[in-house]
Amino acid sequence: MDILKYAIDLVAVLLLALGIKGLSKVRSAREANQLAAVAMALAVVGLLFNYLGAPGFTAQAWIWIIGGTLVGGVLGAITAQRVPMTSMPETVALFNGCGGMSSLLVALAAALFPGTLDDGTLVAIISIVISVFVGAITFTGSIVAMAKLQGWLSTPSWMQSKLRHLVNIALAVVCLVAAIKLIATEGNSQEALWLLVIASGLLGIGVTLPIGGADMPVVISLLNSYSGVAAAAAGFVVGSQLLIVAGAMVGAAGLILTQVMCNGMNRSLVSVLFGGALGASAAAGGGGGEYTNITSCSVEECALTLEAAERVVIVPGYGLAVAQAQHTLREVTRSLEAAGIEAAYAIHPVAGRMPGHMNVLLAEADVPYEQLKEMDVINPEFPATDVVLVLGANDVVNPQAKTDPNSPLYGMPVLDVQQARTVFVVKRGMSAGYSGIKNDLFELANTSMVFGDAKKVLGDLLGELKELGVGKK
Amino acid sequence: MDPLFLLGAASAAQTPPLVDALWVLLLGSLLGLELIGKVPPTLHTPLMSGANAISGITMLAALTAIIKANGNTPLLILGSVSLGFALFNVIGGFLVTDRMLAMFSRKPARKENR
Repeated sequence: MDILKYAIDLVAVLLLALGIKGLSKVRSAREANQLAAVAMALAVVGLLFNYLGAPGFTAQAWIWIIGGTLVGGVLGAITAQRVPMTSMPETVALFNGCGGMSSLLVALAAALFPGTLDDGTLVAIISIVISVFVGAITFTGSIVAMAKLQGWLSTPSWMQSKLRHLVNIALAVVCLVAAIKLIATEGNSQEALWLLVIASGLLGIGVTLPIGGADMPVVISLLNSYSGVAAAAAGFVVGSQLLIVAGAMVGAAGLILTQVMCNGMNRSLVSVLFGGALGASAAAGGGGGEYTNITSCSVEECALTLEAAERVVIVPGYGLAVAQAQHTLREVTRSLEAAGIEAAYAIHPVAGRMPGHMNVLLAEADVPYEQLKEMDVINPEFPATDVVLVLGANDVVNPQAKTDPNSPLYGMPVLDVQQARTVFVVKRGMSAGYSGIKNDLFELANTSMVFGDAKKVLGDLLGELKELGVGKK
Repeated sequence: MDPLFLLGAASAAQTPPLVDALWVLLLGSLLGLELIGKVPPTLHTPLMSGANAISGITMLAALTAIIKANGNTPLLILGSVSLGFALFNVIGGFLVTDRMLAMFSRKPARKENR
């Protein structure tokens, strides 16, 4: 019943496409995700059905299938349930790395046992090479990205020098030579195969390790794209059109998302991948300098100003996520709302650690979805805003991006918070944002700094507001 | 000479003919670009995580490896480990995406209850 098998595959692809499409709307996103999961299950059923009665489909094969499924599935389920929402980028990186590993192993199996999975044609061998190369890079790159975000790894100093480019170029050349050898020997050179595995893996580490923590989400998104490419390549190896379609869709998705993230930070993908930390170039490129004319104020003054406000906009940033202060923030806005003060959240496209990450964190803290305003919506509203509370955000509120053509930030979309009557910036100290660039906002007359950890400041603020009787009627 | 003949496309039993496969690749990529180009920033993190789960589709290749192993133990092990990695990606990816999206959809429902 070949027709049924093809029909199942077609339905699976259709559902996958509908799933991805549905993920683009808040209302349908959850169902769409479940639809995609059903599509994947359907694809598995279709494949098993297709091989029913095949000579190798024995009880022994079932044992290996169930074993692999149970171990991977249970570990995945436990990980998914346990990780805190703030660690989402690391988690995606980990899952992604494992997807890359899976493609790598399948390609290895095809290469080590020629003729079992593939048909030994040139296309199959080239596909094996691509799958091994991209799969290995995805795996080691993702694991390094995860380890860096978790703070388990830091960049060794030689990796920050120009030397790393030489090392990476050398590794890329080794990969190329091994790939050519493998293709020339029609996949029969095991030395070339292992050399390709090792060199690709090292290249993944070499490229990812020097990248700064703030740029890491871009890299994860790119690696996500790679894992799609690896899957598509594996599809060419085993001759599965379903794999090719799904892999291509994921590859395209990752690319688009990567581009969106780069635009949000006003950086090109090339500078993220090869430029190293932005701070070094920013110091030379101007826009730096010492702060003068900084006004700081106490939490009490901040509370008094908030009490008198009619409209308050919160600008949450990476610092809020790090301090895990989103729940305390929600308490503060609850008491403001109870006192009849209008509160909204201004979400910069790259707020948090990934686009949309801040929305997830605030949703976790029960912030109503309607209060989250995107940059284009909220920017015209700042002149009519009494108080802006900047929490752990820095570069995304730097007016330099619009006023100083010499600034490295120039051209980056920013939130125009300085147009509000009063701006409070909650910050631990006067350190620069990850761009290493001085923030002109801090020196403006209507800006006051409130120094301290976001969670502690918000906790104190909540106490002050209570003492003032805000929100208690 | 027909270049496709060189590539063995004509005699391919398992690998689909190259041109067909390339068409599939091309259309799949275009579909991905088209579907994903219109997503609001809010949903980028869940989308990334959901798309990531879909990339675990390599589990199909891993299953194929196990079935075609024909009792060859090293191949069975490779296939099974590959399957494990893929399912870790798939199950974990979909569940974590669902966790994130549950937070978005919960809010309006609660409001209606009030």
